[in-house]
Amino acid sequence: MKHRLQFTAKKLVRMALLLLGVSLTAFLLMDASPLDPLQTNIGQAALGSMSPEQIARLEDYWGVNAPAAERYLGWLGDALRGDFGVSLLYRRPVPEVIGQRLSNSFWLLLTAWVLSGGLGLGLGLLAGAFRGRGPDKMIRGCCLVVSSTPAFWLALLLLMVFSVWLKVLPVGLSVPAGAAADSVTLAQRLRHALLPGLTLSVAGAAGIALHTREKVVDVLDSDYVLFARARGEGHILRRHVLRNVALPAITLQFASISEIIGGSVLVEKVFSYPGLGQAAVSAGLGGDMPLLMGITVATAFLVFGGNLAADLLYGIVDPRIRRGAAAG
Amino acid sequence: MTPILSVDKLSITFTRYSRGLSREEMPSVRELSLTVEPGQVAAVVGESGAGKSLLAHGILHLLPRNAAMSGNILYDGMPLTADRARVLRGREIALIPQGVTYLDPMMRVGEQIRRGRGDEASRARCRAVLSRYGLAAEVEGRYPFELSGGMARRVLIACAVMDNPRLIIADEPTPGLDARSAARILSHFRELAEQGAGVLFITHDLELACTVAHKIVVFRSGQTVEEAASSAFQTGEGLTHPYSRALWRALPKNDFL
Repeated sequence: MKHRLQFTAKKLVRMALLLLGVSLTAFLLMDASPLDPLQTNIGQAALGSMSPEQIARLEDYWGVNAPAAERYLGWLGDALRGDFGVSLLYRRPVPEVIGQRLSNSFWLLLTAWVLSGGLGLGLGLLAGAFRGRGPDKMIRGCCLVVSSTPAFWLALLLLMVFSVWLKVLPVGLSVPAGAAADSVTLAQRLRHALLPGLTLSVAGAAGIALHTREKVVDVLDSDYVLFARARGEGHILRRHVLRNVALPAITLQFASISEIIGGSVLVEKVFSYPGLGQAAVSAGLGGDMPLLMGITVATAFLVFGGNLAADLLYGIVDPRIRRGAAAG
Repeated sequence: MTPILSVDKLSITFTRYSRGLSREEMPSVRELSLTVEPGQVAAVVGESGAGKSLLAHGILHLLPRNAAMSGNILYDGMPLTADRARVLRGREIALIPQGVTYLDPMMRVGEQIRRGRGDEASRARCRAVLSRYGLAAEVEGRYPFELSGGMARRVLIACAVMDNPRLIIADEPTPGLDARSAARILSHFRELAEQGAGVLFITHDLELACTVAHKIVVFRSGQTVEEAASSAFQTGEGLTHPYSRALWRALPKNDFL
């Protein structure tokens, strides 16, 4: 019990430090950005027709003149009190914008996460079991090609094949263009999420499959599999390989949360899918500091949560940790 | 009496890629011959890296895929082919491997000994073999990392005797054990031989081999250099090859100094 508490306390401290570091880095990058928020959001022509007072008011609104340290500390102080500010672009509280965007992205991310994990594990097991032979070579070849392909390019390719040539799936957006919000059916939403979800799943699955395959090969070469064979055991794959691949698979699965979220930024942009990823791009390009900081911290929290979940699951799955912790 | 195992001119060669794409053949066992009779403990003594484990894996047809094997292996008077080995493995031929790494770290000991069978007969048999080797029934519920080195070895022996094997191949089953535990393990081999099994005992330790084996085969750089009754190693008489004479002299009780 004491061990568990210590473990949790350590993790919490680490999380606080991580979020602090991530927010500071995001802020510094944003501050160093050459984009002028006024020019990007209001436009050169509109600025030219404004009076100096109006421009000064706008500069205040976008926080152009305040020193960087003051702005960061101001944001940090508010954030610690639970106030994440108001998005400059959307003019709504940041948590509200994130919540709405995340609910758009949520099913996309979840589907991609589950599919990439399942597909990756399955292909990895298959390749490992057939190592050196046809199926292994084919799976490895495909995975290497996919993992050396940028996700946004894969997205464009799928878009071209399924939306432009075959015309079976929509080109973009999360709902049909021009449809009233309450007339949109679940089927329509699914159709729109299919391509982005597929892109993310395929891109994620490749890495997981390659890692799983290596682990399967290690297990098949292990002493205990040799001994199992020497004892005439059948079902080696089910009895020994699956069991021992489970641990690294859990790690990979939860570590891939970060890749899925990172990938979603570009993929959502390609499909004009109004999710969290796209909001992050808009906030970054539009100089919307509070929103970008909010999104950065929220996604860092999600990624950290994923890794924490993997650590905790380890303690349940691995007898060495479970029993060791109970004894010590 | 027909030997239970007879190995005639067994060679094992590894193919590996060296520098770029040129392939290199690495002979690991060369023309090794030996026989094991029922009720006999035959020891194979050789230095580390002499291909001793390969011999064990080769007999069981469990070599890695980049290894090639030639020569004749007869089991019970008939050629031991890969197909026949597959049928006999775990039924009539049992391997006792080196240590705890041969147990699945994620599986409870009992389940491994029973090979996943959960019927009452297997459970009873499992408890019986555990107690035969002085292990409490609660060991069944442990994971390999919770076993001491000596316990792990006894669990591996328990695995081997689940099905009354006729040939037992023990690959270095004693290193890392204190003298008492090692003696105890060796007495188990002797006991298994007395019950009629043939035991092939692979070790680097000549002194240990002398205490347990009826017959000793000295093995060097993959080749048999001498096959002699273990009594020959007690006195040093009848050893013909210079290497086995040197080994004999290296025993502490002989003219080591």
